[in-house]
Amino acid sequence: MEIIKTTNLTKRFPMGKGEFTALKGIDLTFGKGEFAGLIGPSGSGKTTLLNIVGSLDVPSDGEALVLGNSIGKLNAKQAAKLRKENLGFIFQSYNLLQVHTVYENVEFPLLLLNLSASDRKKMVLDALEWVGLTDKIKSKPPQLSGGECQRVAIARAMVKRPSLVLADEPTANLDAANSHHILKTMEKLNRELQTTFLFATHDDKVINYLRRKIFLLDGKVDKDEVISSN
Amino acid sequence: MKLAIKLAIRNLIGAGLRTWLNVIVLSFSYVVIIWMNGVMIGWEEQAKHDMKNWQIGGGQYWHHTYDPYDPFTITDSHAAIPKEFEDEVARGDMEPILIVQGTIYPQGRMQSIAIKGIRLNQSIFSQPTHKLDTVVEGGIPAIIGAMMARNMNIAKGDYITLRWRDANGTFDATEVIIVDIFASNVPAIEQGQIYIALDKLQEMALLQDHVTILTYRNDKLERSQVEGWTLKTKEILTKSVDDLIKTKSIGLTVFYFILLLLAMLAIFDTMVLSIFRRQKEIGTYIALGYTRKEVVGLFTVEGAMYSILAALVGAVYGLPFLGWQAKVGWSMPIDVSELGMAIAQTLYPVYSFGLVLSTILIVVITTTIVSYWPSRKIAKMNPTEALRGKIQ
Repeated sequence: MEIIKTTNLTKRFPMGKGEFTALKGIDLTFGKGEFAGLIGPSGSGKTTLLNIVGSLDVPSDGEALVLGNSIGKLNAKQAAKLRKENLGFIFQSYNLLQVHTVYENVEFPLLLLNLSASDRKKMVLDALEWVGLTDKIKSKPPQLSGGECQRVAIARAMVKRPSLVLADEPTANLDAANSHHILKTMEKLNRELQTTFLFATHDDKVINYLRRKIFLLDGKVDKDEVISSN
Repeated sequence: MKLAIKLAIRNLIGAGLRTWLNVIVLSFSYVVIIWMNGVMIGWEEQAKHDMKNWQIGGGQYWHHTYDPYDPFTITDSHAAIPKEFEDEVARGDMEPILIVQGTIYPQGRMQSIAIKGIRLNQSIFSQPTHKLDTVVEGGIPAIIGAMMARNMNIAKGDYITLRWRDANGTFDATEVIIVDIFASNVPAIEQGQIYIALDKLQEMALLQDHVTILTYRNDKLERSQVEGWTLKTKEILTKSVDDLIKTKSIGLTVFYFILLLLAMLAIFDTMVLSIFRRQKEIGTYIALGYTRKEVVGLFTVEGAMYSILAALVGAVYGLPFLGWQAKVGWSMPIDVSELGMAIAQTLYPVYSFGLVLSTILIVVITTTIVSYWPSRKIAKMNPTEALRGKIQ
């Protein structure tokens, strides 16, 4: 089953009087349960690709199909619905809601789905158990370590059991021990829930966990390496 | 909407001191606006109530030539009571007053006054006219208002020389004795006026059965025009108070505007800062499934919630304060008799449900607009840049 399919995907940004082409005709397909990463130096286009797949941006040319939705053709409401129901995001700087507790942060995506309070509670506690933070439900992000914050972000991304999780440099602000811990957690969730994970990274620690490595260079796919199959 | 309110409450409570500072400033606006409006309404009610009781009753018929602002009209402004009013006058439901020009000489000084003849047993006005039913030697009993007594240094029991001109143009003079001094809040019935018995004044002025003003008690009855007399309804007679209150209200509106502006500036500033500082949060909301319009709505609701919290905080300290003020009133810091208008020394604010509701609505609507204004910027934000907090 195709989760993502890009065809001749091109993205251009205005720069001064001209244009900068961040993605130059990308053709990629990702299936269910993949644990893949976009690897490349800064400016290679990995975050741009992740943003388009996440329906936070639109292609300039070509097509990006995510769960059968053509990103360039979605209006704001449809794009928001796709993110709300099917996508999870993990960011480099966690992007947790600072004044909300751990529980409230993880609960947030479920509030948007209008689930009942009892369903929400069960799903939040399950998600916090996956990341080992059930003892921190009343803490707020400023009271947590970086590793704990990223685990909360993973729980928030996974709580609604999305088809696809997009993680942009998830270990960039973490030390080695914490990086391995959260990567193991994500790998475990990927195997258990069959959620597709797509990373944007240049961190070796992450790269070592990936089962598919797509090397980007100057907005083009340089190499697409499958390490092992599901 | 429910979710936006829930999130807004979480965000506001989470923001701590900044929220409470805005809420306290805004709650102060609520309390001051309600209190000041209450004072104005209280003043209006008191002024009209006092005017009714001391000066105009339920309305009046004036002799057609009578003009209180033109002393030259007074000499000819009198006529017999029209036949259609005789029954009402006999029942005491209509009170005749004769006005004659005169001069008094308190402590050797000369002072022009209006001599008002009024029946002793009248019950429409609050003036203590029954005190005129006193037999004193060497003078005619008279009553005056406290403002005039104070200005002319006249005390109860004083004899004063009174001079007037009768219907034939002949000057005459007599001594009057001040049998009582009454205090009202209506300068128009005190300054430059002396009250004596109606029949006595008619006799003195050789104007038997003639009167200048007829004041009726019942303002609910429909009144018709009577030849030779001008109908002055209560609404016409209190128009000056309405105009005065309206003028004062405009002045107060400017004050409210400044007060609200200060509170709104604080909220506007908070919202602008909030949108700038919370870019990552805005980006996160969008990534998690909000549209940009919904985030605008969330921030607008968050701003509007200041006004709701302020109403609650304002109620905590405002209700006891407003209740206490309604009970003890607000004493004017200056002597109000000098102001020349129907105003009591202590004003008792009057609050209505409409006043409270309209104040809350004005503040909530203004706060919502002020919150929406900077929040519109979110609708133009690029979510990918907002997520990284890169928007300047």
